Amino acid sequence: MVDTTRILFPICPVSRLGRECAHSPFTSLDLPLHAADPYYILNHMVQFQRAHLDASFAALSDATRRGILERLGRADASITDLAEKFHMTLTGMKKHVGVLEQAGLVTTEKAGRVRTCKLGLRRLEEEAAWIERYRQLWDGRFDELDKIVESLKREERVHGRKKRK
Amino acid sequence: MKNPTTVERKSERELVVTRTFHGPAHIVFEAWTKPELLKRWWAPKSFGISFISCEADVRTGGTYRFVFSHDASEQPMAFFGRYIEVTPHSRIVWTNEERADGAVSTVTFEEKGDKTLLVLHELYPSKQALDDAIASGSTSGAGEQFEQLDTLLVTLVSS
Repeated sequence: MVDTTRILFPICPVSRLGRECAHSPFTSLDLPLHAADPYYILNHMVQFQRAHLDASFAALSDATRRGILERLGRADASITDLAEKFHMTLTGMKKHVGVLEQAGLVTTEKAGRVRTCKLGLRRLEEEAAWIERYRQLWDGRFDELDKIVESLKREERVHGRKKRK
Repeated sequence: MKNPTTVERKSERELVVTRTFHGPAHIVFEAWTKPELLKRWWAPKSFGISFISCEADVRTGGTYRFVFSHDASEQPMAFFGRYIEVTPHSRIVWTNEERADGAVSTVTFEEKGDKTLLVLHELYPSKQALDDAIASGSTSGAGEQFEQLDTLLVTLVSS
C-alpha cells in the first residue's frame, strides 16, 4: 500500500528529514507544541500551497490512481502497460494518468507512439523547496527593510519637531 | 515584533509575496525608491549576497541594474530591467530582463492605520517560464533532495 503522506511530503523542507521528521504537516497539526505557533503553521501552509494540495488529495482519493503510483514507483510504464495491468481501456487509463499529471504526481513523455509515465515527485518537492528559499530571501530583505523604516520614522519625528519650533 | 513574510504560487504564472511594516506607506516607498536606501536592504547578509553595484532610476520609464556577489559563486550576478510605472507611495511596476522570459513585478503599498501592507506580485509570461525559473534555481541545492527521493522510491518499491 502506498503511504500517501510520504508521496505528498517526502521530505520536510525545514529539517530536510523524511519519515522521522516531526515537521510533517500531518503530525505537526496534532502536536500542541507546533499548533501553538500560528506562524509555524502558516509557513507550512504557504509552502505546500493549498491549490496543489487540493489537486493532490483529489488525485489520491482513488484506489486505482494510488495503485498506478505504486506501480510507477517500481518502474516507468507506458499507458498501454498500465491499462493492461489494471484491466482498463486505454481511454480510462489516460483519464487517470491525466488527473495524476495535473496534480504533479506523475509526468509523461511521448516518444513516437508510446507515452511513458513516471513518478513526478521530484518536481513537487523541488517547487516546495524553491518557494521556501524564495520566501527566506524576501524575509531576509524585509527584516533589513524593517530597520530602515524604523530609522526613517525616527528621523521624521525629529524633523517634525524641528519644523514646529 | 517581526511580521511574517508569505510566498504563494497563486496560479500557474504568478507568485505573490506579502509582508506588513510598522510604518506609513510613504516611508516604505522611499526605502524602495532611493538607491542609497535600497542598497541597505535588497541584498540581505543572511542570504550570503552583497551589492557590487546598485543603479536605480526609479521613475516611470527609468531603468535599474543591480550586480551582486554571492558566497556560493565566483561569478557576479546581474539583475536589470526598467520601471513601467512608478506611482508615489502606492505602486511600482518593473520588468526583470536578465532572463528572456522574466516576470513583470508589481509592488503595492497599502496603508492601514500606522501600518503598511506590502504585496509583491510577480507575473511570468507563461507557466513554463515560472516552472523554468523554479527548476533553474533548484538544481544547485538539489543533490541532497535527490538522495532522499531515491530513499523514498526504495521505500515505495519495498512496500
